[in-house]
Amino acid sequence: MNNEGVIGTQTDVGHVHAAHHDHDGDHHHHHETFISKYIFSMDHKMIAKQFLITGMVWAIIGGLMSVLFRMQLGYPGESFPILETLLGKWAKGGTITPEAYYALVTTHGTVLVFFVLTAGLSGTFANFLIPLQIGARDMASPFMNMLSYWFFFAAGVVMLSSIFVETGPFSGGWTAYPPLSALGSASPGSKTGMDLWLISMALFVVSSLLGGLNYIATILNMRTKGMSMTRLPLTIWALFFTAILGVLSFPVLLSGFILLIFDRNFGTSFYLSDIFIQGVGALPNEGGSAILYQHLFWFLGHPEVYIIILPAMGIVSEVMSTNARKPIFGYMAMLGSLFAIAVLAFVVWAHHMFVSGLNPFLGSFFVLLTLLIAVPSAIKVFNWLTTLWRGNLRFTAGMLYSIGFVSMFISGGLTGIFLGNSALDIHLHDTYFIIAHFHIVMGVAGIFGMYAGIYHWFPKMFGRYLNNTLSYIHFWVTLAGAYLIFWPMHYEGLAGMPRRYYDYSNWESFKQFVGLNQFITIVAIIVFATQLLFLFNFFYSMYKGRKVTSQNPWGSNTLEWTTPINPGHGNWVGEIPEVHRWAYDYGKDGHDYISQTTPVGADESRH
Amino acid sequence: MSLYFTIAAVILLFVIIFQIAKASEYVDILKGEERSRKHNNKINGFLMIVFLVLGLIGVYYCHEILKGRLLGESASVEGEKVDSMMNLTIIVTGIVFFITQILLFWFSYKYQEKENRKAFFFPHNNRLEVIWTVIPTIVLTVLVIIGLRNWFLFTGDAPQNAMVVEVTGKQFGWIYRYPGKDNEFGKKYFRNIDDATNWVGLVWADNAEMNQKADPAAKDDIVLQQTMYVVKNKPVKLVIGSRDVIHDVGLPHFRLKMDAVPGIPTSLWFTPKFTTAEMQKSSGNPNFEYEIACDQICGNNHFAMKGIIRVVTQEEFDVWLAQQKPLYLTAFPDNNPATVPGSPATNPAGAAPADSAKNATAVTMVSNERKN
Ligand code: HEM
Ligand SMILES: [Cu+2]
Ligand SMILES: [Cu+2]
Repeated sequence: MNNEGVIGTQTDVGHVHAAHHDHDGDHHHHHETFISKYIFSMDHKMIAKQFLITGMVWAIIGGLMSVLFRMQLGYPGESFPILETLLGKWAKGGTITPEAYYALVTTHGTVLVFFVLTAGLSGTFANFLIPLQIGARDMASPFMNMLSYWFFFAAGVVMLSSIFVETGPFSGGWTAYPPLSALGSASPGSKTGMDLWLISMALFVVSSLLGGLNYIATILNMRTKGMSMTRLPLTIWALFFTAILGVLSFPVLLSGFILLIFDRNFGTSFYLSDIFIQGVGALPNEGGSAILYQHLFWFLGHPEVYIIILPAMGIVSEVMSTNARKPIFGYMAMLGSLFAIAVLAFVVWAHHMFVSGLNPFLGSFFVLLTLLIAVPSAIKVFNWLTTLWRGNLRFTAGMLYSIGFVSMFISGGLTGIFLGNSALDIHLHDTYFIIAHFHIVMGVAGIFGMYAGIYHWFPKMFGRYLNNTLSYIHFWVTLAGAYLIFWPMHYEGLAGMPRRYYDYSNWESFKQFVGLNQFITIVAIIVFATQLLFLFNFFYSMYKGRKVTSQNPWGSNTLEWTTPINPGHGNWVGEIPEVHRWAYDYGKDGHDYISQTTPVGADESRH
Repeated sequence: MSLYFTIAAVILLFVIIFQIAKASEYVDILKGEERSRKHNNKINGFLMIVFLVLGLIGVYYCHEILKGRLLGESASVEGEKVDSMMNLTIIVTGIVFFITQILLFWFSYKYQEKENRKAFFFPHNNRLEVIWTVIPTIVLTVLVIIGLRNWFLFTGDAPQNAMVVEVTGKQFGWIYRYPGKDNEFGKKYFRNIDDATNWVGLVWADNAEMNQKADPAAKDDIVLQQTMYVVKNKPVKLVIGSRDVIHDVGLPHFRLKMDAVPGIPTSLWFTPKFTTAEMQKSSGNPNFEYEIACDQICGNNHFAMKGIIRVVTQEEFDVWLAQQKPLYLTAFPDNNPATVPGSPATNPAGAAPADSAKNATAVTMVSNERKN
């Protein structure tokens, strides 16, 4: 990697902006009220914390939901009075009803994918890291940034309110395929609950567009002097591609939702045709295509999974390199593979639709492209492994989670190779194999990336440390638990056990897994409880944790560690530092680390 | 009572963990940051190797416990191809899995921070990167080629001699249709559906309003629910549709599945290898059935949307088929079969108009209903 060639390519625009914000930053310090500092804040760092804490609240709600429906799967038909206490009529006699089960599964999926792993992850770290790591006072538009949070907040409020409507929240799966999602007469959850679900998602799309445009504009225009694109830390590159994916694909999702709203409320037939509902009769709709929705949904849906995982990849690359005291291996390859993943993410969506009646010839292209996307994924894994090789590893909690991330990403990525091959997917589609695949590669890996980021940047966010012992317990229990939960699910999937079943006891083909389901439920409860330990650590340490006393506790090269321990709005006191090198000069020429702000020495070796 | 006890126990456990964590932090401070970090580093490095070893044992153990609960030999000829491809993919990905996971945790253990170790400044190496771009590409290409050959076989035309059965999903069950004596499926139209008599909406009567003429071929169609019959060693093609929302014909033993989409017919075909009776013997489960599992969430009873495919010999099948009556005759038992085709006079007067009147009210009801 040779950076010398790109010195001085900084555009004037960035510099002008920075200077302008300099003034702005000072200005803000003086009259801050509680409301402007903590609620309607325009400081990117505060907005990041808002995203993070809201995301954590949703993670707890969504996680608790999974514990509840796992109770049903582990102990079908058994009565737990506490469930009735919690759920009222949705768990009469202590057993969750099918309505409630499906509502829980659906809300769990939606909330975890969108609110936790999208808003909670990229919302937090894009907001926190972009200005700090590129050397900017704030986002391009702090106001839009604030709006982005409040749209997300509103989406959450609407989603939450849907839990309390008479007919229950939406219960047709997070993918919300019509006709089920279009017809209140087909499922009670598709009545008011679905209206609220759609409103909530529409607000969410607005939030993510506002955020995404802002991130892109900031990264392109507001880098400090010397911060050429190829000197950006990989976190920023990952967040950049994430934002592009979101901006290009969320509008397609929204259009799909709008057509669905039309079908639901205004008698159109975009997705509906030839339908007879028991107890209602034949519907007037003809000529629509239910498959059209799936195309629109997965055109976002697939990029969405990368919207979740790319920020995690960026965080892991950064945290791993710092704690291996060694440059990330193959910066350019890492960047190239991020780019390849981002591009390919747009042309593989129909691998979710291999058995939807898709034209087999068309399907074959999607097989090819899908397996192609495994190549950049593989490159990244090998590069992480090589980054560890001959390093001098410090197992901070962030580092542990980064290693855990790679392990999970390997396990889940490999099962993608099964699913991308349509001839195998024809057997595995919509079984527990899928559940195992995407929870490992996206759910757990995404959460691990998020934890890595939280543990690594907590000192920067709050000026205090998290408790180490609790962090280690949290990590090891979660890692082992995640494997215990999701690894055996592959076997259930190979046996053809369908996902989204409320009860398997009446099936000759699947009832052999009763014991296993029970085991999984027990582990899930333990893992959930362990997350509460983390939550406690988080809030306790926020106020009572050990104070950070050095500006750069991890010995890191990136710019955020050149700010004061508790940076104010505007981030740097005085001028924004100039950047002279890439972010990964760890262990070079015998120096433990060389900050990006250190000028290149005359006798420094080239690499 | 036991609940409160559990909660109390859990809280106690939390408190204890927290106290330990707190205490160890004070110890750390006393010992000095540097020393305590090294201490923690050793513990975590050691746990890396422990996790690796236990994990590998766990993978083996899990396999030992669960391998007996998998599906066994494929019950369809085509499914054998799925199985062999699956085995190959398991082997290939398994090799990669073991190599990469072992390296990951081994490196983590081996290169943990040591006083005298210096991290090796190794920012990139083109040759290595080319190697691990090219090798996965080649391996994946091989898997794709095998996969696509199978894919085109599975989704291609069914053999000439295939028996055709129409499968229609509805909330929450399956409807099967055989073409009857004329070996031809009669026309159907969803507005004719009547849940009591005409489950798939066969066009039995003229209806000017709907612009349809009675289709004689529809009158001998055999329509059934719950169980369908197919013949061992004879390819069967399923023409799949849905009456309401999307369902999916999931056939784990035959290793196939296909969505049932309202308005858009799909199909799949396979050749059953073993009769149900044979499977009951070989699986040791006297209750064994080939179950059709709905594999696409379709409402609150999705999990109970079961169908049965009974695979029988040709002789058994012929006997069974001879006993089946066309749905038309079940719906209108007083019709003399001999005079039915083409004689509108024998149609129960007013049956069709009554039907469509009912539909019409149903439709207005629906448009109200859907607004809720
Ligand atoms: C190695 C590359 C990967 C390949 C080849 C791959 C392939 C696939 C395929 C073909 C499916 C559809 C399976 C089905 O429904 O029948 C699928 C499902 C899924 N994948 Fe992956 N995948 C890969 C990596 C990932 C990653 C990195 C993520 C997320 C970060 C991810 C998230 C998901 C999700 C969420 C689903 C299921 C969605 C649902 O049906 O609810 N996959 N994957
Ligand atoms: Cu996908
Ligand atoms: Cu169904």
